[in-house]
Amino acid sequence: MTKQKFKSNTLPSLVMIGPVVLWLAFFIVIPLLYVAVMSFCGIDEQYNIVFRFTADNYKRLFNANYVQIYAQSLTIAALTTIICIVLAYPFSFFIARTLSKKKAILYMLVIIPFWTNSLIRIYGWRTFLGTNGWLNNRLLDFGLISSPIDFLFKPSATVLGMVYSLFPYMVLPLYTAIEKLDKSLLEASADLGAKGVSTFFRIILPLTASGIFSGSIMVFIPSLGYFFVSDILGGGNSDIIGNLIERQFQSGNNWPLGAALSMVLIIITLLLVKLYQKCGGDMESLGV
Amino acid sequence: MTRKNKKRLQKGFSIVYCCLIYLFLFLPITVIVTNSFNATTSKPYMTWKGFSTDWYGKLFDNTALLESFGNTMFIAIVSTLLATAIGTLAAVGMYKYKFKGKSVIDALLYIPVVIPEIVLGISLLTLFSNTNIPRGTLTLVLAHTTFSIPFVVFNIRARLSGYDKSIEEASMDLGAGRVKTFFNITLPVLAPGIFGGAVLAFTLSIDDVIISYFTNGQTKTFPLKVMESIKSGVSPDINALSALILIGTIIFVVITQSGVLSRNK
Amino acid sequence: MDKKVIVSLKNVNKIYDGGNHVVKNLDLDVYEGEFLTLLGSSGCGKTTTLRMIAGFEEVTSGTITVEGESIAEKEPYERNVNTVFQSYALFPHMTIYDNIAYGLKMKKTDKKEIAKRVSEMLDLVQLGGFENRYPSQLSGGQKQRVAIARALINQPRVLLLDEPLGALDLKLRKQMQLELKRLQRKLNITFIYVTHDQEEALSMSDRVAIMNNGILEQVDIPEKIYEEPQTQFVATFIGETNIFEGCVNSIKGKDIDIMLETGYVTARSENTFNQNDMVVISIRPERIKYSEQPKTGFALKGIIKEQVYVGSVLKTIIVLPNGHEIKIERLAGQKIPVSGDVYVYWDIDDAKLIQSESNRIFNALNNIMFT
Repeated sequence: MTKQKFKSNTLPSLVMIGPVVLWLAFFIVIPLLYVAVMSFCGIDEQYNIVFRFTADNYKRLFNANYVQIYAQSLTIAALTTIICIVLAYPFSFFIARTLSKKKAILYMLVIIPFWTNSLIRIYGWRTFLGTNGWLNNRLLDFGLISSPIDFLFKPSATVLGMVYSLFPYMVLPLYTAIEKLDKSLLEASADLGAKGVSTFFRIILPLTASGIFSGSIMVFIPSLGYFFVSDILGGGNSDIIGNLIERQFQSGNNWPLGAALSMVLIIITLLLVKLYQKCGGDMESLGV
Repeated sequence: MTRKNKKRLQKGFSIVYCCLIYLFLFLPITVIVTNSFNATTSKPYMTWKGFSTDWYGKLFDNTALLESFGNTMFIAIVSTLLATAIGTLAAVGMYKYKFKGKSVIDALLYIPVVIPEIVLGISLLTLFSNTNIPRGTLTLVLAHTTFSIPFVVFNIRARLSGYDKSIEEASMDLGAGRVKTFFNITLPVLAPGIFGGAVLAFTLSIDDVIISYFTNGQTKTFPLKVMESIKSGVSPDINALSALILIGTIIFVVITQSGVLSRNK
Repeated sequence: MDKKVIVSLKNVNKIYDGGNHVVKNLDLDVYEGEFLTLLGSSGCGKTTTLRMIAGFEEVTSGTITVEGESIAEKEPYERNVNTVFQSYALFPHMTIYDNIAYGLKMKKTDKKEIAKRVSEMLDLVQLGGFENRYPSQLSGGQKQRVAIARALINQPRVLLLDEPLGALDLKLRKQMQLELKRLQRKLNITFIYVTHDQEEALSMSDRVAIMNNGILEQVDIPEKIYEEPQTQFVATFIGETNIFEGCVNSIKGKDIDIMLETGYVTARSENTFNQNDMVVISIRPERIKYSEQPKTGFALKGIIKEQVYVGSVLKTIIVLPNGHEIKIERLAGQKIPVSGDVYVYWDIDDAKLIQSESNRIFNALNNIMFT
């Protein structure tokens, strides 16, 4: 009986699971293995990859210029994450606490801007903030400034672009966590004599910390790789790890070195995800 | 201050704050839409030269741009269909059957979600170049399908958490076979989740820059076309097309969402 | 005994933003140390009333005073009342100890003092040894006790309880009812208790306030609520009853003859009625009698439709010619005719006469028009 049942489940489970297993194997596992192997390869004078084991690429990772860019990239990512938390928390709180009918619309309004191509939106910021841009022109028109302000082509501009690009990824988990918060807990806290500030730090913040964690993961990690943001707004003055990798695979044409740089990103990602799980983070809240 | 006024003040503050955030979110959109009506014809198309709808007309003469838009739509549709089919089977299969290595599949599914896109992009580039698969529409479809599958699976899984297995047993008890049960019972019940996943896959695909950038070969999608043009200044016809795509997406999502919502009720 | 008013609601109204008028012209005095229950079905305004006292909802008009002081401008955290929530509202990320200590921590009480009082509280609710558990590790009844301990530790003048036993099963509920009553007597704190369970209300309370559609129908001790309902709603809401609508035919002292659609009956009332007043008679099933012969003062004939034994009680249904059904309960074992025509009657003291709603409206209109 059990054997028969086992048999009858084998075919359907193969049909259902088979495709995804094959797909993941071909397009996730094998490519990442390639990258790992390649990071230990060298190149010849014609920039062809030569398959011989070497740790040279990893040695080059400690080049001072690179280290400085890692530091810059991590700083930009950290600032982006912190600014996103600070901006998105009160915002998510307000929209999660409005009446249910309006809530869906307010939430949609956060998503809608992201249906426009992300590059062109970042470019929109450049049009707005450039020395000949709209903001400077208006400020000049009104005589508020005498010469245009340089907003662009510095790390702060890159941070702005990152915050803008990743803002919804912070709002989503925060919104979910805040919406789950039982209103009667806040009432109970007030009832027991806690003022707004105490209620916030003792009840609201601890109970929505999970949202802050998942939001931070979803903002911090991508902001290490969004090379186009620093390309468009940072103008080469605020490179991030993503720029380093992109260059090796395009103009620099040193794929093994690019692979080693990618391994750095992979390791950072793994460490952060492990840390997240250790803090009790739920993987499911990272999806979507 | 009275309690009532205090509450009003708090409410007023929260409204002002939210408006400022929305202003921040919509500012570049405003720039894009405004610039699509810019009469300017000289690079880098940044200064305002008066209102004109010319660029919307010129857009339809720009065959390269239209072609890139066509590529984007084709790749989005094909990869969404593929990802939805594979993702739906996987989500249901993983829910129904116990087997070894399930947690491995799960972990693999999270890779495209958490890993920086650039890593996925270069790893696929490495794969295609090592296996001599010529880069173009095919590789773009494969790449887009890869990053879309997890989102479809997770969307359906969220739906499955409230799924009553006994309705399938009831169906089989009433004489329907496995395949019939899957198509008549399982799929319709999961339809909102499947549909939500598909919509998400579609929007991710049409907006993808980084992964397409590494896997495209000669095929240019719309985002890649934008990327090319950024160096010399984005011309207003690209803004015009972006505005049209935004409006199209809004209409599409509003229709589909209201459809899904009314079905859920 | 002169009782001191502790909570007083004067002409309180609550209208929500959508125009929903949930509490209408509510006047209610709660006395110090009493157990008062707000009873009514869901949506009658009882919970809203409680929340207005706690400070979670604002009063649209009218005043609420606690110990003679208006609380309109006091935030919930400034009010000397505490609440036990329906869902318990225990802080899930805190231990039982921290949950109970919360109120004292907010008052910046000395740590030793907190420890001492928390352990007293835990003993009081019989949860000694549970300090380090989390709410998710407790059963429903235990959570309930923690919620009560947490609210009581601040030594409030008034404890507000919003359907605190609603989520418990029947057996536990009975047990907690007794325990709550015991606590209230022991601590001598005023309890304002909200429930929709009339049995709970009648068995625990010193006084019961019955609300219907935002209106306070009657406030009285439980016996009087049952025996002397002042409105038709109270009569039908509390326990089972038979309702007859009729019209005052003649008045002989306190005895009042009433015409019904299918006969006439007699009742006695301390209240004054006028001839031709529309009235409602409420009479409990156990007080209705019937016989094969008509009795003086009564002419109400019906047919026995059904008789069912329910353990010690015999339930009988008599149908009047107009289709109206009368429920009767008798202790089983008495001799009674099983079928055929019977005459319905009662001891005239047992029937309660209530002015019918339409009469009240009519009188009110009269007052407006002729004064």
